[in-house]
Amino acid sequence: MPQINMVEALNMALREEMERDDRVVVLGEDIGRRGGVFLVTDGLIDLFGEERVIDTPLTELGIIGFSIGLALYGLRPVAEIQFIDFVYEAFDQIYSNMARIRFRSGGMYNVPLVLRSPCCGGIKGGMHHSQSPESLFIHTTGLYVMMPSGPYDAKGLLKTAIRLNDPVIFLEPKSIYRVIKEEVPEDDYTIELGKGKIVREGGDITLVTWGAMVHISKQAADIVKEKLGVEVEIIDLRTLYPYDKDLIIDSLEKTGRMLIVHEAPKTLGLGSELSAYIVEEHVDLLYGPILRVTGYDTPFPLAHEKLYMPNIARIYNAISKLMEY
Amino acid sequence: MSRIVRGIDEASIEKTLGIYRIIDEEGNIVGDEPNLDGSTLYKLYEYMVRARVLDEWLLKLQRLGKVAIHAPNLGQEAIVGAVTPLKPDDWVFPSYRDLGVYLVRGMDEEEILDRALYNQDDPLKGSDFAIYGNRRFNMVPTPVPVGNQIPHAVGVAYAMKYLDRDSVTMVMFGDGATSRGDFHAGLNFAGVYRVPVIFVCENNQWAISVPFDRQTRSPSIAFRGLVYGIESIRVDGNDVLAMYKIASEAVEKARKEKEPYLIEMLTYRLGSHTTADDPSKYRSEEEVNRMMKYEPLKRYRNYLIFKGVLTDSEANELYRRYYNYIEDIAKKVLNKGGLPHDVFFHNVFEKLPWNLQDQLREFRESLELMKSLGLEVD
Ligand SMILES: Cc1ncc(C[n+]2csc(CCOP(=O)(O)OP(=O)(O)O)c2C)c(N)n1
Ligand SMILES: [Mg+2]
Repeated sequence: MPQINMVEALNMALREEMERDDRVVVLGEDIGRRGGVFLVTDGLIDLFGEERVIDTPLTELGIIGFSIGLALYGLRPVAEIQFIDFVYEAFDQIYSNMARIRFRSGGMYNVPLVLRSPCCGGIKGGMHHSQSPESLFIHTTGLYVMMPSGPYDAKGLLKTAIRLNDPVIFLEPKSIYRVIKEEVPEDDYTIELGKGKIVREGGDITLVTWGAMVHISKQAADIVKEKLGVEVEIIDLRTLYPYDKDLIIDSLEKTGRMLIVHEAPKTLGLGSELSAYIVEEHVDLLYGPILRVTGYDTPFPLAHEKLYMPNIARIYNAISKLMEY
Repeated sequence: MSRIVRGIDEASIEKTLGIYRIIDEEGNIVGDEPNLDGSTLYKLYEYMVRARVLDEWLLKLQRLGKVAIHAPNLGQEAIVGAVTPLKPDDWVFPSYRDLGVYLVRGMDEEEILDRALYNQDDPLKGSDFAIYGNRRFNMVPTPVPVGNQIPHAVGVAYAMKYLDRDSVTMVMFGDGATSRGDFHAGLNFAGVYRVPVIFVCENNQWAISVPFDRQTRSPSIAFRGLVYGIESIRVDGNDVLAMYKIASEAVEKARKEKEPYLIEMLTYRLGSHTTADDPSKYRSEEEVNRMMKYEPLKRYRNYLIFKGVLTDSEANELYRRYYNYIEDIAKKVLNKGGLPHDVFFHNVFEKLPWNLQDQLREFRESLELMKSLGLEVD
């Protein structure tokens, strides 16, 4: 099986889904001839033509509003927002329509729309090419939210997203688009909605994370093992809403200590919810506080992005604090 | 049959469909020259040369890995004609491909390079890439989401009118940006409130890979201005004299009559979208070569030589002088240090709320920890 990167895996998922179901269409800015600025849709226009691989005018509101219409009539649009930082013009459409039409219509209509978009930092992209707004979508209510951490999951999750009958926000951590290669089968496989994955086993600490932070967390876990002899179990959530509570609880039964790592700002990041949920329902499993290592409550900066984002030192520090309990 | 609807008559429609020009691509005079003295004519040329040389240097520094990303300006230097008629108290909302605008407003090459390298002297303190602005020059830094600045400019113009100021506002944006809600809301407000704002759409015929005819089926951007009740004109945007003359009229009208105005600067993006782009995927080299002959500097140089304002060797000398000048500045800025590590905690608010104070403390501890773990603090 060939080793491929996340861009290629996403491209494969789109191609296979378009071959499988001719209601699947893709649209967005520069996704046709250009193949998308990261080449996720590369070559699709040659295979499926301009009517299914639609280059749109430059308006995110237009892309999402129009896609909602496509979906209402039974198509299965996969809309690309060139960078998630540019989605805000479409927020009215997302918040008030994409996420609400099933409810508003008493279940008569649904919106099987996938909004996929590069997110997160690590490429020196500055404020508007680096942000992690997953919480905004989770808090919208009515949207599934996913973020893969590697090529294999990216393919399986995107296929799941396309086949769901409800809207999905599919966020792609662009810093690992090309740096991680994995074996990705050419066959049809999906990854169940709402299922996380243990990517490193350990009995001392449960570290919950997603996206590119999975890889930073693994590096930190190796150093912590070497220097402190602590074994960290890492959970990659993959689906952020609804998140895999059972996987977290099972792990906490073993470790009793919980650390959450995410790039998004601390206040009301998904870490807040995970922490509140565990404290409400399973406080008895904990030896001490739940800690978070996150982006700071500032805009994502161009200068010193590596210091803004969670790094090995901060994760190491949090783990040593947790081990005091 | 001719009908007039709300001031829209056939003549005003014609202005949005024609291409207003004064000199052609060879530098021949084909329209009404403005009455300008030699030093003003020369200044326009000098700014265009400075913009071009600076553009070349930014590309060079990007290739050397010193500048993260740059949006090439090649072919769009005649934008200097639009801003030259403005006064220092007027406000400008530039786009991200506007080196000439930054220079005319008074920003110098050193400040622009400090910004591009986001070093210790970066006036915007490492906030975002490929954008420029400075309050000293009444020039607001460009938002990266394209077109966001359009309604801001209209609001500023309203405030100027409300406060009875003698000032006007000018805003630049691309053809792609005209598809955004910001453009439509901005023009609609300007039309309704009659405020002193000049919209300058730099129609370089491409929005990354999307050509103009896939961006809109309107015959021109100027035509769209007209339907919002705004006097609008399409200008040969590679003819700096035409840009200067029309902008002067627009600025004067905005200042005296408090009326909005839209200028469509018809030009062509000769370079890639940014240094991260690969245009060979979507447009032919043949098209670019064909458009090269319309570029703005050569024709204006011919015109100035014909007018006796400039000689060939003076023109070459000017280019060389700025090239060497920027080389010296580049050496200087490359030796400057970086911004302080905690720079991004500041300027979120006027004062840090307790959460950010706590986070800043934790941040400083983490730097110490990084050092003790032997990790690199960038
Ligand atoms: C709202 C938004 N969507 C997408 C982008 C990504 N993007 C940056 S520039 C650009 C094309 C802009 O074209 P145009 O307005 O014609 O300006 P030009 O680059 O040609 O000067 C796009 C799609 C963005 N910056 N902002
Ligand atoms: Mg353009």
